[in-house]
Amino acid sequence: MKIAVASGKGGTGKTSVTVNLALSLGKVQVLDCDVEEPNTHILLRPQVGDTTPVELLVPKILEERCDYCGECARFCQFNALFVAGETAMVFPELCHSCGGCSIVCPRDAIVEEPRQIGRVVKGRAGDIDLVYGEINVGEALAVPIIAAVKDHIDEKRMVILDSSPGACCPLVETIHGTDFCLLVTEPTPFGLHDLKIVVEVTRKLEIPMGVVVNFAGIGDRGVYDFCEEQGIPIMMEIPFDRRIAELYSRGVPFVEEMPEWRQEFIDLVGQIEEVVA
Amino acid sequence: MRKMTILSGKGGTGKTTVTASFAALSSNAIFADCDVDASNLHLILKPEVKETIVFKGLNLAVIDPERCTQCGLCEEKCRFNAIHDFTVESIHCEGCKVCVQVCPVQAIDFVERICGHAYISETEYGPMSHANLIPGMENSGKLVTLVRQNAKRLAEEGGHELVLVDGPPGIGCPVIASLADIDHGLVVVEPTLSGIHDLKRALKLLDHFKVEALVCVNKHDLNDENTRAIKEFCNERGIMIIGQVPFDLEVTKAMVDGRPVVDYAPDSPASKAIRSMWEKLSSIFGG
Repeated sequence: MKIAVASGKGGTGKTSVTVNLALSLGKVQVLDCDVEEPNTHILLRPQVGDTTPVELLVPKILEERCDYCGECARFCQFNALFVAGETAMVFPELCHSCGGCSIVCPRDAIVEEPRQIGRVVKGRAGDIDLVYGEINVGEALAVPIIAAVKDHIDEKRMVILDSSPGACCPLVETIHGTDFCLLVTEPTPFGLHDLKIVVEVTRKLEIPMGVVVNFAGIGDRGVYDFCEEQGIPIMMEIPFDRRIAELYSRGVPFVEEMPEWRQEFIDLVGQIEEVVA
Repeated sequence: MRKMTILSGKGGTGKTTVTASFAALSSNAIFADCDVDASNLHLILKPEVKETIVFKGLNLAVIDPERCTQCGLCEEKCRFNAIHDFTVESIHCEGCKVCVQVCPVQAIDFVERICGHAYISETEYGPMSHANLIPGMENSGKLVTLVRQNAKRLAEEGGHELVLVDGPPGIGCPVIASLADIDHGLVVVEPTLSGIHDLKRALKLLDHFKVEALVCVNKHDLNDENTRAIKEFCNERGIMIIGQVPFDLEVTKAMVDGRPVVDYAPDSPASKAIRSMWEKLSSIFGG
């Protein structure tokens, strides 16, 4: 089973839920799909194994063949090519690697070559396998790196995917193809606003979902009312507790110091299994 | 005119809380919410929309089953895995037009796609530029650029001295778009190991794009050791820490009440710290 942990708003506790869930279950695979700011490895402290570069194919113009007709630049939807006079330029950081320019070039003057935009790191912490992606600073496209992380999914195991915040392409790429979305939110107006957005995306993709309310006790009742109205189950509440926050600040997953929570996370998966079945 | 983006790398560190309070303390500024896929600033500044602009992203490929001969060439050439069973899954379509190009019978149309809306608004504290991306849509970077450009235009037209930009989390496409043509990047960080990790990546990004970095430590009293580590890290690199905001439950209460904390609870410890940060910033901008 593949469980994605997501939230529209940042800092609601996705990584904390991912890691504590993984440690409570044991023997799972964790995929950190927040490739802009991956944090699961800070809490899991894995022994790092293989690292593989993530590359995108970007065009290279063969000057000796190019007659500067400009077909490629006119075709490119991402403004990644510029042709004027006797100059043809590629802006690799704008290229989405669709391959269109090499298809439309009438003189076969465009070849594609790989360019590294990030990497995928594999590691192991106890009986947990971790795979995380990391985008190179200054690169824009997170999606190809998320896809490269997801290539490592072990279908035979329980897989937990930690998403980035937000509600556009990285979220869609992460949760697509998963069996269940666990939406972590905080009971505040910001938490509610962003939860509604991520619920909409999850519904569009027809993935069953449930909510974890983190920092319960602060804020207001908006999140609870919304979930009730929409028929979305609240599967767990984690209280606002300075001790949990302090443990997190030191990079300590709270189930390690508060072992009574392990059973709560095991029960959470029980609830998810019922919904998915 | 000065332009400053408030960013964080890690989400949920207090960007919007800080931006909203700065808005309340400012006297001649424009506000822009560049977190277009999970925007929150409007919940506090309560903008009255004056102008709505339809935002079109890249076009969407649509296969006409009447004309399609099911040759499968489009599916083969699509690098985004968006075509299955001779149908384009719109949520995965990147809008690259390759399928339209390769279709031997011109069975694929390339239609406009509305991805969101941008707004020009008025708030109690000054004009605001903001937007909504339709959930799950692509091109949030382009919409961020539109919001930022609208803010700059408003500032020029109205003679405003400052553009305050509430940035998205992360360091990818939307963040990069929120940093173009910006003078200062204020990174809001919490003293957690994750926060420090993400701060370093955010600072690298600012350096990469030659934006001057400033740092604010939020909830600094959560972990004194980590706060010290952040200070040392910044001092070594000559990066100014312009504020330290203590953990304060009034911040959440102000959010529930839908007001900037400096208005809601002006004497609370967090409000005092934010005001002193604003005074420092004002002297930087003034000088």
